Amino acid sequence: MSDSTAIAHATPNDPHAGGHEAHPAYLRHHFENTEQQADAAGFAMWIFLLTEVMFFGGLFTAYLIYRNWYYPAFVAASHQLDIFWGTLNTAVLITSSFTMAMGVWFAEIRKQSGLVLCLVLTFILGLGFLGIKTVEYKEKIEKHHVPGFHYSLQSFLDPDSDAEAKAAGDKPLPLDMARHTEVYFSLYFAMTGMHALHMIIGIAILGYMIFRARAGAYTTGHVTFVENFGLYWHFVDIIWIFLFPLLYLISRHPNI
Amino acid sequence: MSDTIVSLPDQSTARIPKVNFITKENGLLSWLLTGDHKRIAILYMISITFFFFIGGAMAGLIRLELLTPQSDLMATDTYNKVFTMHGIIMIFFFLVPSVPATLGNFLIPLMIGAKDLALPKINLLSWYLYVAGGILAIYTMATGGVDTGWTFTVPLSTHYVNTNVLTTGLAVFIAGFSSIFTGLNFIVTIHKMRCPGMTWFRMPLFCWAHYAASILMVLGTPVLAITIVLVALERTIHIGVFDPATGGDPILFQHLFWFYSHPAVYIMILPGFGVISETISTFSRKRVFGYTAVAFSSVAIAVFGFFVWAHHMFIMGISNYSMLVFSLLTMLVAVPSAIKIFNWTFTLFKGSITFETPMLYTFGFIGLFTIGGLTGVFLGAAGTDIHLTETYFIVAHFHFVMVGGMLMAFLAGIHFWWPKMTGRMYPEKISQLAAVVTFIGFNLTFFPQFILGTLGMPRRYGAYPPEFQVLNVFSTAGATILGVGYLLPILYLTWSLKYGEIAGNNPWQATGLEWQIQSPPLTENFAVTPIMDHEAYDYEWLENQKEKEVASVG
Repeated sequence: MSDSTAIAHATPNDPHAGGHEAHPAYLRHHFENTEQQADAAGFAMWIFLLTEVMFFGGLFTAYLIYRNWYYPAFVAASHQLDIFWGTLNTAVLITSSFTMAMGVWFAEIRKQSGLVLCLVLTFILGLGFLGIKTVEYKEKIEKHHVPGFHYSLQSFLDPDSDAEAKAAGDKPLPLDMARHTEVYFSLYFAMTGMHALHMIIGIAILGYMIFRARAGAYTTGHVTFVENFGLYWHFVDIIWIFLFPLLYLISRHPNI
Repeated sequence: MSDTIVSLPDQSTARIPKVNFITKENGLLSWLLTGDHKRIAILYMISITFFFFIGGAMAGLIRLELLTPQSDLMATDTYNKVFTMHGIIMIFFFLVPSVPATLGNFLIPLMIGAKDLALPKINLLSWYLYVAGGILAIYTMATGGVDTGWTFTVPLSTHYVNTNVLTTGLAVFIAGFSSIFTGLNFIVTIHKMRCPGMTWFRMPLFCWAHYAASILMVLGTPVLAITIVLVALERTIHIGVFDPATGGDPILFQHLFWFYSHPAVYIMILPGFGVISETISTFSRKRVFGYTAVAFSSVAIAVFGFFVWAHHMFIMGISNYSMLVFSLLTMLVAVPSAIKIFNWTFTLFKGSITFETPMLYTFGFIGLFTIGGLTGVFLGAAGTDIHLTETYFIVAHFHFVMVGGMLMAFLAGIHFWWPKMTGRMYPEKISQLAAVVTFIGFNLTFFPQFILGTLGMPRRYGAYPPEFQVLNVFSTAGATILGVGYLLPILYLTWSLKYGEIAGNNPWQATGLEWQIQSPPLTENFAVTPIMDHEAYDYEWLENQKEKEVASVG
């Protein structure tokens, strides 16, 4: 991600400083022109996102294998997730992607106030997502659904004792299968945790960008940074778009 | 016909160019904050050499322990830690970054006519990540070490051992990012920064090899990252993805781990292939035979390399059908590798071959890599693998490929481009001696291990039955010679920095763009953006250039 704060390469006695036709200050020294620069940065960002796909790909693979093996456990365990909070979070995240896209557009038309507003909104929505996620995590902790020493099988061995399991009409699972719900929650925490980590990194960068945008950094025609960050933000959004159905919506249809 | 192609400028008048990338700025900070790919390459070279010698010292300890059948030099758990750290340091901190981060970093922009890599700051960041990972690895070693083997096998690494798995994992994780950024930078640079006229099929094969290796770095390394994260989560908060007690499967760890770690061996060897293509062409004065085939074989290795990982798992309980399929796919990878070897051999055919040091290392590479590759076929065949895996046969196999192959290629490359990097020649006679000593030492060290393996000596033990001692003594003696072979270059290359002959622009009469500019190059590489108007390895073009120069000077 190239940034306009690049260390100025051309020093006064640099043989390369003179002799060129005038070019914008943000053009890095080793590029021929701004198109090449933006092109290279964008391409790099897409490749970086490719590495992210491979990173999450490992988790999705694990999920798909275990879901196949331990289908009843995965269904019962997924009923423990709160579909209301999950849907709300999806809405929050999609809205934040919209404000981010608007932000990129404002940067392109060089409208500083709009850009700052959009970045702040994205920032707030991102925090909102994490807040809702915390509420959900808290519920899991209270019900001892965090894998590890305190993991409890209560909700799966005796669904009637558990409001959510009862509402979903779960049948008691045999002990062998019930134990596999821990794999589901392991993956749930690993996947949403990695996703949340990406959100936190994104929000931190957003904070930096708001600070820079207020100083007018991205509204001079050099939008590469905002654009590439936008790609990152949408990517994190898309990961959630896959996580939501896999973790929450699996087998929500009644009585099958 | 002369027996050397070296043509140096008149030493009494020749000078190193006053302005070059080394003299441009002074002071430590100008190095630590540099964006110049050549300086970053030098930083990498120094740090990689440092880690190579740490890893080498570990290897020395291992060989010393194995001199006698009893486990007498160190306690058995210390031995476990030593071979683990040897593996981790040599793989993640030497082999993976060796050629790409030093020679690749230095040469790719020069070869394609660019002023720098596309993302100089990311490039510098990758070096800092490498150093941070390396320091963490050394810290791990100093505070008790780790004894899981470099493969972090679960459930050993998650449930049983009490050593520094987490910090080591973190070190590898960080180093992985360094590798991802290097690969990403190369891909973007090769796509977007080629000079006018530099089409894909005019690029030196060095760039093709690095391009293929970069694809592997970018696609493979993140999978290792997530695997390490899962191991760390399993160790700390006891999630159960790999834990059989909750229904998790340790085999899944093996799949994820080898999905990176098999392509990783191609990350290590492909850049070496790139070096060999350059040296073999230069020292036989011929265009590489079958340029297109060699270029595409690199890409083919990168693609096939992703579909053979389970051949590391034949004895781990995968199904017979997987064994069959992966065994077959493994044989397929032999094809592009063989294409390379055959094409290099054909390049030599009727060439004007000279035997400078890089060429000696290159011959070493071809012989040793071929043996390493062919024994890989033994291991790829599921039947023989079950007998040979986890024995010294496999140790000998991957050392032939990695040390005999990659390290030879690395040294070939370092010698070949030393004059370009420093402006001075290394001393020829002693370096030829070093190449021969390395070759002899290498064979003495690792060939007996093939025999030990077929006799059934298992790997990763500090003690062994007394009947294996003779061959182990051979191996340890060889390691001593090999050590001398590696120390020599350090000494004379350092010496040459001050006392070496002035190399001039193109001591080897090579055709690459990097040889048409001053040595050491300017910070911006090219005073004017070059235009590529000929094919790669076009020696006629070079002759014409020289005639033109003579005409214009005369």
